[in-house]
Parts: sequence; structure tokens; C-alpha cells
Amino acid sequence: MKNFTKGFIRENPILVLILGTCPTLATTSSGINGLGMGLATTFVLIGSNVVISMISNLIPSKVRIPAYVVVIATFVTIVDLLMQAYTPALYDQLGIFIPLIVVNCIVLGRAEAFANKNSVLSSFFDGFGMGLGFAMALLILGTIREVLGNGSILGHKFIEGDGILVFILAPGAFIALGFLIAIVNRIKAKMN
Amino acid sequence: MEYIIIIISAIFVNNIVLAQFLGICPFLGVSNKVGTAIGMTAAVTFVIILATIVTYLAQKYILDVFGIQYMQTVTFILVIAALVQMVEIILKKVSPPLYQALGIYLPLITTNCAVLGVAILTIQKDYNLLEGVVYGTSISLGFGFALVIFAGIREQMDLVKIPKGMQGIPIALVTAGILALAFMGFAGLV
Repeated sequence: MKNFTKGFIRENPILVLILGTCPTLATTSSGINGLGMGLATTFVLIGSNVVISMISNLIPSKVRIPAYVVVIATFVTIVDLLMQAYTPALYDQLGIFIPLIVVNCIVLGRAEAFANKNSVLSSFFDGFGMGLGFAMALLILGTIREVLGNGSILGHKFIEGDGILVFILAPGAFIALGFLIAIVNRIKAKMN
Repeated sequence: MEYIIIIISAIFVNNIVLAQFLGICPFLGVSNKVGTAIGMTAAVTFVIILATIVTYLAQKYILDVFGIQYMQTVTFILVIAALVQMVEIILKKVSPPLYQALGIYLPLITTNCAVLGVAILTIQKDYNLLEGVVYGTSISLGFGFALVIFAGIREQMDLVKIPKGMQGIPIALVTAGILALAFMGFAGLV
């Protein structure tokens, strides 16, 4: 259970560990996009964690990183083809960032830090929890940017006209994430 | 003329870090000093150019020929990982001083999404080999440009007092946001 919940806040990959910043910034121009990216990454994380924990005894430790990368790339290809077939609109929105899940440090990080020395079941929950934590952070950031930048929540507009346009453009991504991390830091300092 | 457009747009208009969000990790990680920023830029430039050439050839003469384009992600990441490892070994033997300068950055580059990103974008934009190389070079220059400016700002930032919660990553991100705002001024240039 602990393996499952630690990814939400205590070890949240984006807000606490600051991993995987590139897709975080690039795909959160709206809440839905962020959530889609988060769920795609969750799928890859679960798949790669489970497979790597199963085969970790068979891989010589010298070539483990390339072996992990192949496993991860396989799952990324699966997601890529599935999304192309079933969610073409989202696929176009996320664009190059779907193949780039391969180089997302969270995925390789979990393989190296957790899956290669834990059981299949706990690796599954670790991947699931970390993935959901990632998706949650993307959804929060995406929603903030969408509310400020477009005046809508998950696609439903609540004001007339445009919002503060800069928040759905590149600079807004950096600024919104900066303040979000600052808030999390503040909450963490309070809790201790 | 086409090449000039590629260069200008890759460096200023669609800056890899500030507009396309690739390579943020090294952008935040090694931007404390201008010196290390330049070292990282040199290593990234070197690897991006090599990777663009090799992945382009792999795409055209292996994946396209056999009709297995869906293997692109797997092939490219393996090629890049092998390439980085090879560059590291060769550099160590041939030019120890250069290895000393770039060595610590090289392992970090495998997981730098800019390298894989440029390789995929070159194919997506349907560039030929020369255009791909020009594109890769300009992307790296744009990366270096943003990184060096950012490192300069962060060096100054060490001297001022920053509210506690904002120290470190948060203030760096907000600064990068303002820098991105400045770069948006180039939009519409090409």
C-alpha cells in the first residue's frame, strides 16, 4: 500500500523530485491534455516496471540500462500505436511528446531504483502510484493554466472571450510550475 | 535562403528550450555557472549532430527499406545510447583533455530529450541530410544561447535575497518563464 500512495505527495515525481519536466511543461496547455499524457506515462510505467521486475535476474548488470531502455521503448511504441488508433485528436495534440516518454527520467528512474530489486506485485503498485501521481500533477497544472489562460475548466468555458493568454503559451508553463512547486515546498515545510 | 530560415527559426523563434520544452533537465541542472553551461552546450552540439546523421541514415536505409517505421522509437533510442557510449570511449582514448572537459556531461545526454527530439523532428519535417545537420546544429546553438543567458542570470541571482519557498527550482522556473516571454518577441520573424 505504501508503494502505491508514496507517489501522490511524499515522492511526487514532478512536484517533489522534479523529474520529467519537459512533458510536464509541454503538454499541460489544458487539463485534458495533461491528463492524457499522464495516463499514457502511467501505462508505460506499469508495463515497464512489471516486465523489468520479472526479468531483472536474467539481465547481466553491465548491460542493464540498454536492456531497460528496450523494454521501455517497446511499451512506448504500444502506447503510440494505440493512441494513434483510438484517440487521434489527443495524439495530434501531444505530438512528439509521446515517443519522448522513452527519455522521461521517471520511467527509467523507477526501473533502476525500484523494479529491479522488488517483487512483481510491488513493482506494479509502485508504477501505478507513481504514474497516477504524475498524472495528478499534470492535471492540476493543466487545469490552472487552462483556467487562467482560456477561462475554461476541462473544456467548459465559464467566461466570455480570452483569458490571460500568456498562461497557455510557453512562458506561462514555466511560471505556473514555478509557483506550484513553491506552494508544495511551503506545505512540506509546514508539515515537518 | 531555406537554410537561413531553418537557422533563424531554430535558434530564436522556436527555441528548443524556451518554446519547445525539450532539454529542460540540463537547462535547470547545469545552469549554475556560465562555464559549465558552455561545456554542456559543446557536448550536446557534438552528440546532436552525430545523432541526427546516424538516425537519419538508419531511418532511410533500414526502417524505410524494410517498411518497419513503427520501430522508430526503439531504434533511435538504442542508436543514440550506443553513440553516446562510443563517443565517450573514443574521446577518452583520442583526446583526454576534451574528455576531461565534456566527460561528466556525456552520460547525462542519453536521457536528454533534445537529442531524441531533434532526431524525430528531422524525420517528421522531411528534411534531407544536409538540412537535418543544419537544423541539428542550429537547435544546439539555440540551446546554448538560452543556457548561457540563463546561467548568467542565475549567477547574479545568488547575490540577492529570495523568499524561502521560492529558492532553488521555483525561482529558476519563473526566471525561465520571463526569459521565454522575451523570446516570444521573435515570433513572426520568419
